[in-house]
Amino acid sequence: MLELIVYGVVLGSIIALGSIGLTLIWGITDLFNCAHGDQITVGAYIALLFVSLFSRIGFLQAKVGPFSFNWGVLLAFIPAIIISVGLAIFIEHWVYKPLRNTGAHFITSFIASVGVAWVLRGLIYMIWGAEFHFYTSGLRPMIFLPQGIKLRVDEIFIVIVAWAAVAAVYLFMSKAKMGKALRALADNPELARISGINTQRMIDWAWGLAGTLIAIAGVLYGIETQLRPEMGWIFLLPLFAAIILGGKGSITGALAGGLILGIAQQVSTAWLSPTYKPAVAFIIMILFLLFRPKGIFGKG
Amino acid sequence: MNTAAIAGILNFLVSFAIMASIYAIFTMGLNVHWGYTGLLNFGIAGFFALGAYTSALVTSPMPTGMMANYVKQAFGLNLPFLVGVAAAALISGLIALPVGLLTLRLNEGYLAIATLGIAESIRIFFNNESWLANGPQGLIGIPQPLCTLVPPGYYNYIYLVIVLIFLAAIYVALERGIRSPWGRVLRAIREDEVMSGANGKNVFFFKLQSLILGAMIMGIAGALYAHFSAAIQPGVFEPLFGTFIIWAMLTLGGTGNNKGAILGAFIVWALWSWSTFFILKIVPAGFQTRAPFIRYILIGLLLVVVVLKRPKGIIGEERHVSKF
Amino acid sequence: MSILKVEKVVSGYEHMQILHQISLEVQEGQIVSLLGPNGAGKTTLLRVIFGILPLRQGKVYFKGEDISDIPPERMPRLGMCYVPQEENVFPSLTIQENLEMGAFILKAGCKPRMEEIYKLFPDLSNRRKSRAGELSGGMRQMLAIGRALMLNPQMLLLDEPSSGLSPLLVDIIFERIKKLNEAGVTIFLVEQNAQALQCADRAYILEGGEMKAEGSAREILKDEEIGRLYLGR
Repeated sequence: MLELIVYGVVLGSIIALGSIGLTLIWGITDLFNCAHGDQITVGAYIALLFVSLFSRIGFLQAKVGPFSFNWGVLLAFIPAIIISVGLAIFIEHWVYKPLRNTGAHFITSFIASVGVAWVLRGLIYMIWGAEFHFYTSGLRPMIFLPQGIKLRVDEIFIVIVAWAAVAAVYLFMSKAKMGKALRALADNPELARISGINTQRMIDWAWGLAGTLIAIAGVLYGIETQLRPEMGWIFLLPLFAAIILGGKGSITGALAGGLILGIAQQVSTAWLSPTYKPAVAFIIMILFLLFRPKGIFGKG
Repeated sequence: MNTAAIAGILNFLVSFAIMASIYAIFTMGLNVHWGYTGLLNFGIAGFFALGAYTSALVTSPMPTGMMANYVKQAFGLNLPFLVGVAAAALISGLIALPVGLLTLRLNEGYLAIATLGIAESIRIFFNNESWLANGPQGLIGIPQPLCTLVPPGYYNYIYLVIVLIFLAAIYVALERGIRSPWGRVLRAIREDEVMSGANGKNVFFFKLQSLILGAMIMGIAGALYAHFSAAIQPGVFEPLFGTFIIWAMLTLGGTGNNKGAILGAFIVWALWSWSTFFILKIVPAGFQTRAPFIRYILIGLLLVVVVLKRPKGIIGEERHVSKF
Repeated sequence: MSILKVEKVVSGYEHMQILHQISLEVQEGQIVSLLGPNGAGKTTLLRVIFGILPLRQGKVYFKGEDISDIPPERMPRLGMCYVPQEENVFPSLTIQENLEMGAFILKAGCKPRMEEIYKLFPDLSNRRKSRAGELSGGMRQMLAIGRALMLNPQMLLLDEPSSGLSPLLVDIIFERIKKLNEAGVTIFLVEQNAQALQCADRAYILEGGEMKAEGSAREILKDEEIGRLYLGR
């Protein structure tokens, strides 16, 4: 059982990392971004592009400490983040901003984000094909903990980065002036404007933040599993479930939601076939919707 | 052009028209939910899957002999096609009842996500429970109605007629329904839930009726799909794809308009099935395996452009100005 | 000198025209009150002045400058702040954070100014870490005014600050408004409550989107016909 809980924490941390950017945008712009998963995929593939470019640089080929990936992968985070941020702001300006300015129903923006998702996935398929890719080849080192718990060393890295990202975004939102303005915008966009806050610039900043988190999630997800064009899309449903559990716009809620889902999914395998894991996540989500529709930390 | 080439093109067009018509029925089912009542159902692939599996199990015989080793199914009633389609509608509607009782009180966005979760759970259930309908391998050899009338090469013509009859009947029934007092109540619910509640109409009960009716239509579409393809597996009913392509069809054609639903289904399905055909002719040989994926880009772009430039869809809603 | 001047403004929503050729003027240093019944178009006029709602005809001048096309987020920089009637605080932010948002455009810190606001509204000072959403109506109204005062504006637009408050709190609010005015803030006070006339210098009466009367607050207060027709007396 302890073993399953540890695996659940790993899975939950990955879900949490993927869902912070999603809940942030949901809280601030009301958009339930269906392209979020495919933006994660783009982040992962952009890093792949740079990893292969860096493969000619000898000293970047050394593995980072005990992990499976090399310094090239670590360095590739930077261009992945830059391009992911640029892409997010580009989509905002060409799709969501015009829709918001015409006062479109939130479902219209949601449908538009489905279109964006397909375009991004189509591009990934066209450029990289349907086959699987890996950042680095070779064995993935394992670590053996007491109680027969086996973890990949990479997973420890992922858990640390996920929690650090949650903590950093949480601190930013509660302490930094910009973070407070983003929360103000989520609360009441018109009052934010009246107070002199340039709301469009704030929304661009929010996409910048989301784009950064998306790229980090994408590369880490790529390290954890492998790169394939559907990776982000398939990942999307648990992310939706996590942010609904956590409550609209809540960073700590996304972490709590991710952990609950991760642990519940893994623990359920003690009784159910592992293929039922996603269904367990949905049933928890639906129960939450019925009994606590504002989420764990949702505002009353 | 020789006759073989013409026959090939005709065959392609006929099977295109069959699939597009099935999707058109599916889209009209969604139009009942979203277009007429404002229910955000993202679990429509689940009802389609239920219909397909129900009709397959009801009409096919229990596997015997060698087949019994490979195909497991809970039952096989070997009943006529029409009984299968009716059962499909019935089961989809029956499942919609508890789904509605559970979720229709949620606000609209959460309803969307809850139904999405339910649809995915249905798919996972069929995938896992091999005793029910052979798990991930799915069912094959689903009987096709009237298949002894003509040689197999011409069968699609017969099936096209069957599908068109269903399409026409459902279209006429829905157009009548929506112009009836009942249909007006549904539209009132969509336009202003609070007002129609104050008018003493039982909003929840009407929403439930709409959910069940739409689900039954989707079940029929699923049944027609099962008998056309003669083989179904859970993988076909991925909610994220099966659901959103239907949403794209309705959004493109025109929400709240059955003609729009049909038009949208034909346009999207044409783009989806024909783009591969044409693109393969123009791209270099080394690129052939990736070319089909350009259809994702085409449909995605079309959807974004329509939402931005023609938010009410290509046709738009008839008579009534929609607030969405 | 007039600090705010509205000239023959026409505006409304979609298919409905709400304001018909509205003109008014506010002199620097005064309290000018705009009175009228529900649905007269008072809030609409405020939203037009502040640039939230576009005007179809006419002009709005602030300190002699044409501000007809200036978006609301630039108004605080020009020296004008606005307190809406409803949803005028950020509910999930604390009192302290709400005030900080009032001074968002300042690069420098806003701590000294915040202390001044706390001095003006001591009740707020005791609950700096409380979320605005948990506050009572009166506290919320004071916080809303406090937020708008963070930039030390020359002019303040107030939309029915007394609405929903107990008579005792109404007195306190009007007394604070008077105090603010004495400190040099020009105030445009939109009210349904005729009590506003007691602290105002001038007043306008708006009904059905048309200006029905204007004059010194004392004249309007004395005019029995106006009282009967528009102020429900």
